Amino acid sequence: MSAAVDSRTEIRSFQVDIPEANIDDLRRRIAATRWPSKELVDDRSQGVQLATLKALADYWATEYDFGRLNERLNSLPQFTAEIDGVNVHFIQVRSQHEDALPLIMTHGWPGSVVELLDVIGPLTDPTAHGGKAEEAFHVVLPSLPGYGLSSEPAEVGWYTGRVARAWAELMHRLGYERYVAQGGDQGAAVTDDLAHQGPDGLVGVHMNLLRAALGNTSNLPSQTEEEKAALEEIGTFRTSGFGYFLEQSTRPQTIGYALLDSPVALAAWMLDHDTDSYYKIAGAFVDGQPTGGLTRDRVLDNITLYWLTATGASAARSYWEGGQAAARAVRKTPPAVTIPVGFTTFPGEIFRAPRSWVETLYPTLVYFNEAERGGHFAAWEEPQLFAEELRAAFKPVRNGRSS
Amino acid sequence: MASTLDRATGIRPFHVDIREEELVDLRRRIEATRWPSKELVDDWSQGVRLAMLRELARYWSEEYDFGRIESRLNALPQYSTEIDSLDIHFIHVRSQHEDALPLIITHGWPGSVLEMLEVIGPLTDPTAHGGNAEDAFHVVIPSIPGYGFSAQPTEVGWDSGRIAAAWAELMSRLGYTRYVAQGGDQGAGVTDAMGRQAPEGLLGVHFNFLDAVPKELLMAALNIRLAFSHDDREQLGKVIAIFMRGYISEMGEHPQTIGYSLLDSPVGLAAWMLDHDADSYEKISRAFLDGEPSGGLTRDTVLDNITLYWLTSTGASTSRLYWETGRGAKAAFKDPPPHVKLPVAYTVFPDELFQAPRHWVKHAYHNLVYYNEAPKGGHFAAWEEPEIFSQEMRAAFASLRNEDAA
Repeated sequence: MSAAVDSRTEIRSFQVDIPEANIDDLRRRIAATRWPSKELVDDRSQGVQLATLKALADYWATEYDFGRLNERLNSLPQFTAEIDGVNVHFIQVRSQHEDALPLIMTHGWPGSVVELLDVIGPLTDPTAHGGKAEEAFHVVLPSLPGYGLSSEPAEVGWYTGRVARAWAELMHRLGYERYVAQGGDQGAAVTDDLAHQGPDGLVGVHMNLLRAALGNTSNLPSQTEEEKAALEEIGTFRTSGFGYFLEQSTRPQTIGYALLDSPVALAAWMLDHDTDSYYKIAGAFVDGQPTGGLTRDRVLDNITLYWLTATGASAARSYWEGGQAAARAVRKTPPAVTIPVGFTTFPGEIFRAPRSWVETLYPTLVYFNEAERGGHFAAWEEPQLFAEELRAAFKPVRNGRSS
Repeated sequence: MASTLDRATGIRPFHVDIREEELVDLRRRIEATRWPSKELVDDWSQGVRLAMLRELARYWSEEYDFGRIESRLNALPQYSTEIDSLDIHFIHVRSQHEDALPLIITHGWPGSVLEMLEVIGPLTDPTAHGGNAEDAFHVVIPSIPGYGFSAQPTEVGWDSGRIAAAWAELMSRLGYTRYVAQGGDQGAGVTDAMGRQAPEGLLGVHFNFLDAVPKELLMAALNIRLAFSHDDREQLGKVIAIFMRGYISEMGEHPQTIGYSLLDSPVGLAAWMLDHDADSYEKISRAFLDGEPSGGLTRDTVLDNITLYWLTSTGASTSRLYWETGRGAKAAFKDPPPHVKLPVAYTVFPDELFQAPRHWVKHAYHNLVYYNEAPKGGHFAAWEEPEIFSQEMRAAFASLRNEDAA
């Protein structure tokens, strides 16, 4: 790492430093929450349930260790680099295996680099996590502009395509001449844009959400049971809690006020993403039964990061940019993806993308698998499984290097 | 009025009483607001603008008189009565003209009975407001369940049809055997349901928003013969845009989730309420930033309404009405309710979300007896232009009075 970093003066090391006063203020606000009356149903069909959010708030204010974020992030090599006017925060962990494959992973919303922390070990140090030395990755985890510890864009135009160009620049600055990229959720959109842009050095991508299908399924086959089931799952998503998507895509500033001013408003908005992850997280708080890595502490690490960095509005704006970009892209065909594509369908994801859909959108698909467990936050929930998927997905690309 | 009240034993007088500590807490929260960064655009295309909301918050905590709600509401005869297990709050002002026509007006979201206060004078006392004695109304203005000082439903099912049935019961308890009903926004949904249920005594209805059952609205809008009209296409586009709004989707699907914001953050509540439609936003923004209110949409009356939502803690319960409406609309699509056979009157306000063409209204309501385009006013027509709104009521219901006399 030293060579790459030292030769680039634009890269500075970074440490998280949270003022105690901000934590006191947060605790005070949680304790002073004015609660609404209980929902009138016995499930998620009116949104985040009062008992779930009260359990979360109670744990947050009285038991959660606010030092966790500092410790978890500062135990990793963190840096910032100014790219295209934005100060980009990123974690970079190099493997001890010098011929490891560099990998840039992009988180989504309502996530952050926090969702990806537990895959760093298995990816950079495979021999300690059931893998082989030749499966090692050097890992780069940037915070999206407007998210977490990256700075907020001060102008419109930071859609995922611009983020993708910034990522290519980041990998170039880090001295990586041959690398791969990975993403789910918003990170899948960034990674898709990277794949279409095909910057020098990018030799393959892997995604765990078929982002394009969420917006438009008209060009996708709908004959098999799998295809029909996926269509139905998308339909359910778009009619049962799609408000956050529409609101952030059209009115990020309006919802931003509550996300900055009320901890429970922020927590509720972030928990209300998809049915599967909601019930898993509710299970962690209400029943003390977490699913994999989606524990109370880790869920609150992520929410606390959004709160302390005051990024509720700026993160929501990335959806607005997505809406603008989608409008601009109507009737335009992006350059074809020519590099190898890997895809993993996780069973609890918003919809289980069938292979036929992934092949339709990415004719260069070289790896497709259906994982046995995991949902929308796959890396967070099942880090070991996720790491194994990346090892398998990028194997053809590694082999390609030696030829 | 006394005799009416005496007969209906379940009706109790109601007074607003706001505790000082709640106002102290509200002011403290406004002052402690954690603000987001400024929007990245020079218009409202990313939502409620920071400069606007900051000025609203400043005025709210520093200059606004928190005694206004109490004094405005307590100046009027208010009551509460239990209907279908819920305490319903309502204002009831009888005209001095004994043969006045009883009228029940239903507010919408993000409104309350406060939207309607300035029409009470012109409607009940027309001779003092440019009208004739025979234009007089007895006015009943209830708070929708879950709104303002009405109780919050504790079970699902309080959709516009159930509210409509409660309104019929209310008018019956008040001793009104011949009356009319009026509504815009969610109030139009309630009034539409009243028209379909046609309870005994209801003579006719007036709308300032087209909220017919979806099938009829869809058929009206998609009428193939009319789809070639440029104006129709433009208006249809506006209707479709309403359903792409985040607030409708969020409140219609997950009212509880947004409820946490609306209960816990005053500026979160204010922003959510102001982000209703471009026209009213522009007008309210001018009131706060340029000191140029549009009609009755002044800084103080806008804050009266927001403060009412805050103090009654009804952000979540008001949102649940959209959830109920969504369920009701789906049910009505499969199993349409009866057509409205009663006389229907309609006023188009020029700055409303969309300007329903006469033939749309006629398609949705075959017995259309009055249709007019008002010269001024938007979504909150009664609030913004109480005089014009009152004139519309007089004109709209004139023919039904004649029947009354016949």
